[in-house]
Amino acid sequence: MIRARLRRTRDGRFVLRLPGQERELLRSLPAQLRDLIAAGDPSTRRLFPPAYPEDDEAEVEYRRLVGDQLLQSHQGALQVLEDTVDATELDEDQLTAWLGALNDLRLVLGTKLEVTEDFQPLPPSDPRAPAMATYVYLSMLQENLVEALAASG
Amino acid sequence: MSLPMQNRAMPTSSPVTAPTRVDQPEAGTVITPDRPWVVIVWNDPINLMSYVTFVFQKLFGYSREKATKLMLDVHHKGKAVVSSGPRERAELDVFRLHEHGLWATMEHDQ
Repeated sequence: MIRARLRRTRDGRFVLRLPGQERELLRSLPAQLRDLIAAGDPSTRRLFPPAYPEDDEAEVEYRRLVGDQLLQSHQGALQVLEDTVDATELDEDQLTAWLGALNDLRLVLGTKLEVTEDFQPLPPSDPRAPAMATYVYLSMLQENLVEALAASG
Repeated sequence: MSLPMQNRAMPTSSPVTAPTRVDQPEAGTVITPDRPWVVIVWNDPINLMSYVTFVFQKLFGYSREKATKLMLDVHHKGKAVVSSGPRERAELDVFRLHEHGLWATMEHDQ
């Protein structure tokens, strides 16, 4: 367990203590996810689950009504992460956007890696090891964020 | 957040078999019981348990205790009904859950 990256201040803001290496990783990820979404990569379907899996007609209508807004919601969170990746302090809205962006990144990365609930770390020789390390890191950071936000509520 | 489906007309309810007992309506009044829609969240191996609990509290205003119980139902039973109501309401709930990356679907309650 690494040291907490986030601390809530008395005035309701959040102090972010991230090593430079972690910021560089986070900086690189939103553009990669945007590219996957734009390319229609199958792993990104997890961001747009069906509301009506057994009713094609209703599902098409649901997509028509909310599809664009759902896409904008995901992209907006990625944008906030990208814009504030060097910040040392975040407000609650920004932190909530970080939480959403980290979750989206994990959903797509985890889908690509086919993670299971009790997945094991991969040996360093495995070609997927770097991606798995990123996934584990994002999970840890997201857990930090949830704790900080839940404590502030 | 703006509501994405505010222009949708109410769905026409399908004919329902008459209830076996109706208490007070005047003769000739047809009662069609409102079968609510239920919103179901399905288990997945990626969403963090703490995050799912947090989302249930945030979106539905559930207590930490209730949100945790629902999260554990999802985790152990594979799914849980997290809300129910008219179709528009259920669809909005599904949309907000999708915004938060949860695997949510809706269906007409049996």
